[in-house]
Amino acid sequence: MNAPAYNFGYLDEQTKRMIRRAILKAIAIPGYQVPFASREMPMPYGWGTGGVQVTASILGPDDVLKVIDQGSDDTTNAVSIRKFFAKTAGVRTTTRTGEASIIQTRHRIPETPLTDDQILVFQVPIPEPLRFLEPRETETRRMHALADYGLMHVKLYEDIARHGHIATTYAYPVKVDDRYVMDPSPTPKFDNPKMDDCAALQLFGAGREKRIYAIPPHTKVVSLDFEDHPFEPSRTAKSCALCGADDTYLDEVVTDDKGGRLFVCSDSDYCEERRGAEQST
Amino acid sequence: MSETDAPLLLAEGLTKYYGRQLGCRDVSFALYEGEVLAVVGESGSGKTTLLQLLSTQLAPSAGRVRYRLRDGVTRDLAELSEAERRFLFRTDWGYVHQDAALGLRMNVSAGANVGERLMAVGWRHYGRIRGTATQWLDRVEIDPDRIDDPPLVYSGGMRQRLQIARNLVTQPRLVFMDEPTGGLDVSVQARLLDLLRGLVTELGLAAVIVTHDLAVARLLSHRIMVMKGGEVIEHGLTDQVLDDPREPYSQLLVSSILPA
Repeated sequence: MNAPAYNFGYLDEQTKRMIRRAILKAIAIPGYQVPFASREMPMPYGWGTGGVQVTASILGPDDVLKVIDQGSDDTTNAVSIRKFFAKTAGVRTTTRTGEASIIQTRHRIPETPLTDDQILVFQVPIPEPLRFLEPRETETRRMHALADYGLMHVKLYEDIARHGHIATTYAYPVKVDDRYVMDPSPTPKFDNPKMDDCAALQLFGAGREKRIYAIPPHTKVVSLDFEDHPFEPSRTAKSCALCGADDTYLDEVVTDDKGGRLFVCSDSDYCEERRGAEQST
Repeated sequence: MSETDAPLLLAEGLTKYYGRQLGCRDVSFALYEGEVLAVVGESGSGKTTLLQLLSTQLAPSAGRVRYRLRDGVTRDLAELSEAERRFLFRTDWGYVHQDAALGLRMNVSAGANVGERLMAVGWRHYGRIRGTATQWLDRVEIDPDRIDDPPLVYSGGMRQRLQIARNLVTQPRLVFMDEPTGGLDVSVQARLLDLLRGLVTELGLAAVIVTHDLAVARLLSHRIMVMKGGEVIEHGLTDQVLDDPREPYSQLLVSSILPA
């Protein structure tokens, strides 16, 4: 008996069609969470099952795939998903942002501005921005339908009341195209401005929660705030220890057990490019 | 006739059946601006059903409720869209639950609880929202220093007062109250009633108060409706009904008040 062969990109064609329909609907209604019949994937929930299904559905043989996890190409999640598609679809993979046609990401948007021939796929753990204030899914759907979003500001109010400023630093709620309030997945709020008027198509897949949503290219994305406490993209006020960049999002790296630490670019590809290092794929 | 002479709320033949079980039958009345109506009766007499019908939380089996909106047009509430009903509910109406936990967000600070309605109608200035919330806490006799505490750590009486502040912050014209003093001890009740009476007269609120406590009805309401078995059996001025009840059941209710 022959070993069962995988279909191109792991998912069968009917499943891909179903997911593409959900994606098309999501693009037609920017920021709206479209339910879809999420499949079991050969990885645990929380490891990007939603993003992987979206990527599998839009991937073609000519695509070049880049996968990042917290900005880095070399962490477990990124490496395993990149290998997964190299094996099941045989597509070319890269770590260079500029070379990729599809970028699957967990938590970051690359520092290099994206172009109109690229697609950014986000892995989303919790798609519902109102979840922690209103646990009833029936009620949050109704609130989305009626654009009843006062509650979102209650959360921001609480932040200011407790911390003196809006202390939400990731999964910072945005309003898409003046209509739907959306959770941008746990990206740092530093990346929120990059979503606004972005040339690339942005797709969001939540596998466990069975939701897909999207931001079409050049869509208005506004971070929610108060008039007297405006939105501020936050970053550590340091520069990268490796490339010296002072305008990128930084990771803190502990170097010893005596309090030594340094800050480096979270986007490893951007950092390497700046240092002019040669990159292998 | 000027438009303020028209009734604010009109109930016409309100009837509700839960399957074969009667909730309430054929209730009709008019409520005018600034008027307080008490609905009294024993448990199971249909008081709460009536309140939920009036506030559109339940759909009637027959009859309708009409309301004069702020633009002066009287409309059948069943014909409003859900968005309009929600808007009405958080601007022109208030609803005070017996259990404050139902009407408050228990894990969110008192300031945000009061400010939620303001944010829902588009306030986007933190300082002004907080300022208004502080004023309202003061008005309902909650120490403004406790603005950042969640109602979870408030006493029962404070929760109830916070709930009232949360409802009144958008200056509604009509407030529904379901046993607002239920479950509170006597001295706290007295203080709450005093506060409510002050606010109702000060703001010229119209209110429908459901209660089984005739003392509450006497203190707060202008008119009273006595319900029994889902029907209104007596309806009149509060003093008149309480001092000279016509129906045997009303007489029984009045005579069962413990002498002071």
